Amino acid sequence: MRLPLALPPVLPVLTILVLIGPVLAGLWGTISAAFGHLPVAGLYGPSLQPFEALWNWPGLGPAVRLSLVTGVLATLLSLLITLLLLAGWSGTRPFRAVLRLLSPLLSVPHAAAAFGLLFLIQPSGWIARALSPWLTGWQRPPDVLLVQDPWGLAMTLGLVVKEVPFLLLISLAALGQIDSQGRLRVAMALGYGRVAAWIFAVGPALYQRIRLPIYVVLAYSMSVVDVAVILGPNTPPPLSVQIVRWMAEPDLTLRTLASAGALVQLALVIGALLLWRGAERGIAALGTGLIYRGWRFSRDGLWRALGLAAAATSVGLVLAGLLGLVVWSFAARWSFPDLLPDGMSLRSWSRNSPAALETLATTFAIAGAATLAALVLTLGCLETEERRNLRLTRKGLWLLYLPLLVPQTAFLPGMQTLLLGFGIDRTLWAVVLAHLVFVLPYLRLSLEGPYKAWDPRLGAVGAAMGASRNRIFLQLRLPMLLAPILTAVAVGMAVSVGQYLPTLLVGGGRIQTLTTEAVALAAGGDRRAIGLYGLVQTAAALLPFVLALALPLFVWRNRRGLHHG
Amino acid sequence: MKRILSLALALAPLSAWATPDPADWPAVVEDAKGQTVHWHAWGGSTATNDFIAWVGERLEDDYDITLNHVKLESTADAVTRVLTEKSAGQDDDGAVDLIWINGANFAAMKDADLLFGPFAEALPNWQLADTENKTLQHDFTVPTEGYESPWAMAQVVFMHDTADLPERLGSMEALLDWAREHPGRFTYPQPPDFLGTTFLKQALVDLSDNADALSKPVNEDNYQEVTAPLWAFLEELTPLLWREGRAYPATGPRQLQLMNDDEIDLAISFSPGEASTAIANYQLPESVRTFVLDKGTIGNASFVAIPYNSGSKAASMVVANFLMSPEAQLRAQDPDVLGYGTVLDLNALSVQDRAAFRTLDLGIATLTPEELGPVQPEPHPSWMTRISEDWVARYGVGN
Repeated sequence: MRLPLALPPVLPVLTILVLIGPVLAGLWGTISAAFGHLPVAGLYGPSLQPFEALWNWPGLGPAVRLSLVTGVLATLLSLLITLLLLAGWSGTRPFRAVLRLLSPLLSVPHAAAAFGLLFLIQPSGWIARALSPWLTGWQRPPDVLLVQDPWGLAMTLGLVVKEVPFLLLISLAALGQIDSQGRLRVAMALGYGRVAAWIFAVGPALYQRIRLPIYVVLAYSMSVVDVAVILGPNTPPPLSVQIVRWMAEPDLTLRTLASAGALVQLALVIGALLLWRGAERGIAALGTGLIYRGWRFSRDGLWRALGLAAAATSVGLVLAGLLGLVVWSFAARWSFPDLLPDGMSLRSWSRNSPAALETLATTFAIAGAATLAALVLTLGCLETEERRNLRLTRKGLWLLYLPLLVPQTAFLPGMQTLLLGFGIDRTLWAVVLAHLVFVLPYLRLSLEGPYKAWDPRLGAVGAAMGASRNRIFLQLRLPMLLAPILTAVAVGMAVSVGQYLPTLLVGGGRIQTLTTEAVALAAGGDRRAIGLYGLVQTAAALLPFVLALALPLFVWRNRRGLHHG
Repeated sequence: MKRILSLALALAPLSAWATPDPADWPAVVEDAKGQTVHWHAWGGSTATNDFIAWVGERLEDDYDITLNHVKLESTADAVTRVLTEKSAGQDDDGAVDLIWINGANFAAMKDADLLFGPFAEALPNWQLADTENKTLQHDFTVPTEGYESPWAMAQVVFMHDTADLPERLGSMEALLDWAREHPGRFTYPQPPDFLGTTFLKQALVDLSDNADALSKPVNEDNYQEVTAPLWAFLEELTPLLWREGRAYPATGPRQLQLMNDDEIDLAISFSPGEASTAIANYQLPESVRTFVLDKGTIGNASFVAIPYNSGSKAASMVVANFLMSPEAQLRAQDPDVLGYGTVLDLNALSVQDRAAFRTLDLGIATLTPEELGPVQPEPHPSWMTRISEDWVARYGVGN
């Protein structure tokens, strides 16, 4: 009997190409430049000179330390908060409340969240204003290094408040694949405290499924640029920021230095991943030891409180920061230590909103096109894999996540050169392609769980009733998966809206999105305009989430069981 | 062979039909119709962005030119862009049509033959420019030779919040004395930021008596000697800076926010009218005023240049010419708009235009041309590069 293959295997192949092609081509460009081969600048390698120059850069040590400290610390804290919240509260009412706030927060672009946070925590920020002068006695802000601190703690905080929602969302998708409530009940019945029961019984199974996303968080946190520019130290900056600076120098020979730095960054990320992997084993051994001792950890109220408090704080910081952006965008004169501006004015909005709306249209066009393409590819892949009974091997998964694990600074410049060679750079389509590289993995990440969790018996029933595979796919599976698909689309849109480097480099500055505009404004420091752009940027990312929540309710208004996918 | 070559050279202007001749202005204006100009200009200031948007509207109305402001974080981005295109063989219709450019970037582009021109001195409004008293034909001592066209004058001023620092400071030594008494109340943008490096140059010019050496490229023989007073000054000043010099604002406008938040009392600016404009925009307290140093401060002109591979050279020239028009210059000088100094010679203007400039209210924090005093010449661009590199090595990488 002929296999009814409706979808050709073209899609998985294409997906791999779209994901891997730019990364490999870009990496190749980086490697050759790092070894002194850059015909553009009249340099013909190979030579070790760029690495020597990098070695002689006095900032190398601190920059490397910063990348490692902020990356590892941010990942560790985000993971801890996520696990504590899940362990202590999953399935409870407060958990759902936090969750309802957290998942939309996922869409707040990193830059906007960082700006909001900056205004909250700096010595002249909202928190200080709220306490001054009545409590602190400060008539003038204290001269203390709270942001741009040499250890990058402010920057770490900025990353944590953005990564907690991400990890939570990913975890929830994965929890659907394991019987977490059942495991929890069994362990609790054995007398374990809630947190310990969850950590011992659910944790390991969950961790396996969220391992790659955690690695993504680690790689991202180690090489982030926009958050680092806003909250991170500058004397010296983290390695990634310095790489981008060298790339922007008119002296093209500095690109070899940047490329050498990019390879070091790549090595750092790989090193940190290996380190993390080693720590995983250590912790697993430790956990096993604890289980054998039989302690039940039944008094875990403090841990539960801590988990909820940390998650709530992280939500609160982002929300208060966004509120700060709102107030600034309407502020007339506003000086320290006033809690609120002297007056409100629509001037910033009337001045900036026409341009912002125009940029919003471009941003949506790019995000929409990239997400649509990514959706077609992802659904096509998932369905093809299922029909052909293909399983993405572990290696295959690594390839899929390659664009997220390789620092952007390492391959985007090479990718730009490639597109320039084809003469298709700085077109809207080139930017869409560049965004697709990043949107695709996230889309797959959000969709894979729900897609595979779909009960195959429903398909079997459909088949028994004579439905073709295509019909089952189109009329049964997709509609039932409407909610997760829309959520995945929203994630994809948010990822696209937040992209900075791909837009800037591949767009050649001609394609402007809200994010490139916001970061350009960041250099200027007009807090009113930054506030406005940050808000519009957030709204652009948030709107798809609102639709993703609202549409299933509307479409399935007479099918309650489908409201949550 | 030589004959063929010279013949080919003689024919070249004929075949280069796409390149408009700046001398034939009516043809340039005709050519420019319907073209789009991608003006790559720093996008960090709302006031500048608004001004450029206004220029766009005016050009659309009068010349049927579409102006697209590509907002840069750093001018070097645009330079890199053109360089990359050249090496990739993209010799026409490049991404950049017009660049707001200065000093080091201009020198780099001119050296690498990346600029179209000469065109600037053929623009009709060049006749109105003040080439006598303003440095319009040199950019950081590098001769412009018509490869860039001026559109604004800049001069270093210091903005001080009179609520905390009532008196002007006459010299860099006075600034240091004041910083000793008020630690943590002054900072400057972090080099290699343009304005940060300008602060270093201003300090160097004020502290050293070696104007002659500064006007020439950096020379290893006297570099140590010439810059010694600067490093001695910074050695003392740095621990007295905001955050003890462990962090710096990224750019000039960031200083405005710090001043508004009352984190600092003194900031440097390269635009005499910036303080007035910022006060009008609620970005600075009303108590802010400006001053210059006793010996004067450094100044230069802002320019626009056209890359060799621009696909809209004619329209770009029209934009450059419009920027030098009395209408645009007057608007740019208006403190409610930009507060930039004009490049025009008021005596060359019509009676009405001159009157408009004379009656323009410069704003509460702007010094009059007389108060601005003598303009110190910019050091050769190699100084900027070298000092900024040394600064980064000394203060920019160790916390």
